[in-house]
Amino acid sequence: MVKTMSLMKITKSQILGILILATFLLPLAVSAQQMESHIGKLTGHSGAGRELYFRYCWGCHGFRGDGNGENWLPTGSFLEPYLNIQPRIFSAATFKCRSTPTGTLPTDEDLYNAIKRGFVMSNMPSWITLTAQNRADLIAFIKTFSARWKKEKSGDPISVPPEPKLTVESIKHGQELFQKLECWKCHGQEGRGDGPSASTLTDSNDQPIRPYNFAVGSRFKCGATNQDLYKIFMTGLDGTPMPSFADVIKPDEAWDLVHFLRTLQLTYKSPELALWESTKEGAQQVAASKANGTPTGSGIKQ
Amino acid sequence: MQTKLGYAAVLAVLAASAMAFAGPSGGGVSGKVTYEGTPAKQKPIDMSKEPSCAQQHPTPITTETVVVGPANTLQNVVVYVSAGAPDEASTPAQAVTITQKGCQYLPHVVPMVVNQELKVVNADQTSHNIHPLAKVNREWNKSQPPGTPPFSEKFDKPEFIAVKCNVHPWMHGTFAVLKTSHYAVTGETGGFTLPNLPPGKYTVTAWHESYGEQTQDVTIAGSETKTLNFVFKAKLY
Repeated sequence: MVKTMSLMKITKSQILGILILATFLLPLAVSAQQMESHIGKLTGHSGAGRELYFRYCWGCHGFRGDGNGENWLPTGSFLEPYLNIQPRIFSAATFKCRSTPTGTLPTDEDLYNAIKRGFVMSNMPSWITLTAQNRADLIAFIKTFSARWKKEKSGDPISVPPEPKLTVESIKHGQELFQKLECWKCHGQEGRGDGPSASTLTDSNDQPIRPYNFAVGSRFKCGATNQDLYKIFMTGLDGTPMPSFADVIKPDEAWDLVHFLRTLQLTYKSPELALWESTKEGAQQVAASKANGTPTGSGIKQ
Repeated sequence: MQTKLGYAAVLAVLAASAMAFAGPSGGGVSGKVTYEGTPAKQKPIDMSKEPSCAQQHPTPITTETVVVGPANTLQNVVVYVSAGAPDEASTPAQAVTITQKGCQYLPHVVPMVVNQELKVVNADQTSHNIHPLAKVNREWNKSQPPGTPPFSEKFDKPEFIAVKCNVHPWMHGTFAVLKTSHYAVTGETGGFTLPNLPPGKYTVTAWHESYGEQTQDVTIAGSETKTLNFVFKAKLY
């Protein structure tokens, strides 16, 4: 009888010990659920990605992948944020640069390309310094931060038709679309990110955000090619004010808009800009923008 | 004597079964939502950046974070059966509509059942983008230029979703995605009715975008209509 009682005592405290340990380990256990990523022939594993994340990423993206790394403090807190753009919140599973329709999860390749490119004009560097396998593993680990990746499949990538021939008509039609779709309300008439609504824009976490300034000529956050530009407004940048126009533009019209938008990048030598400047109308507009354009800054009256 | 008792017994059983099978009309809950204290003053909205909307409001409209009626009634409160509703998880076939008109969301609060079709209409001369800031449901953002046809969407999880238009920052609305169709939104009288509730125990929740949520339990017997009132504490800001 005595023996049984002492056995029971040990078991009880053991159970208590296990429970206490479990409350600390459980969050780790949840995030340690195995996910895989598939990019071309590469397969990434979240187990390997975890090591990399806690070395390279968590300082900005946070211990829980919630964008609250120690390098970030939100606007309005009494300490100035070190980073002016909040790091991506992986736990929300809302991503800007996708090939999939608005509201759907990106493909593994979208995420892989995003960390390979980095995000220009932000503090997210290009991680091309890591090996392709490393990056694939990181993508797999990022998917463990949100349960959405288990319940939902990635969206179907939108089809980007082949780019039609570049013509002056295409650029002019693109210009009409820019007016009709009221892109200028945020992007401004010259695409300088100074439209009437630009100064009021906030992203989905209530952080101030600026529209892209075409005149600066920097690479778009989601790539540098015409195809990337096409995808930006045909999928929208989720989590930001930039909506998807997939339901309101036909694919060939979308290409016209791409051609016109290139002419707004006054400092980037593109075939579109060269063609536009070779026309009288285009040359006049470009000269006028260069001379009278507003400085970069939203809400400044022209 | 025994026959009388027998008849009484039969009558009692019949009455009990009549109460149990109350039929489609059933009982219900009705009441009023009011506030106490002083609500924050609503500010007039400056729509000068959007002339096509500004001219639709000769007197500028105000913000709608707290909309009140006479006698301290509170409008735009979603009152719904949060537990025990007989129709949870069944989706109505007809669509609910949100209309963007005069750079305003009409209605300000759109209640709907999970997976019910939501039709989005742009009745303005300007482009809007409709951006539900969902945290539980998927967050999407679609542009809707003037003259384009309405489009449909749906939400598959219950959530109170703030909706905004990024082009017109003063536009705010709410999608109340609920598990049940037993809901009502209070109007000027602050009153609500939740009919067709069979006898049983229910939890009724009242939600307001600025004052939060309140919950009350209610038990309905037979086909009675119970009265349930909610009083919210107003905040000065």
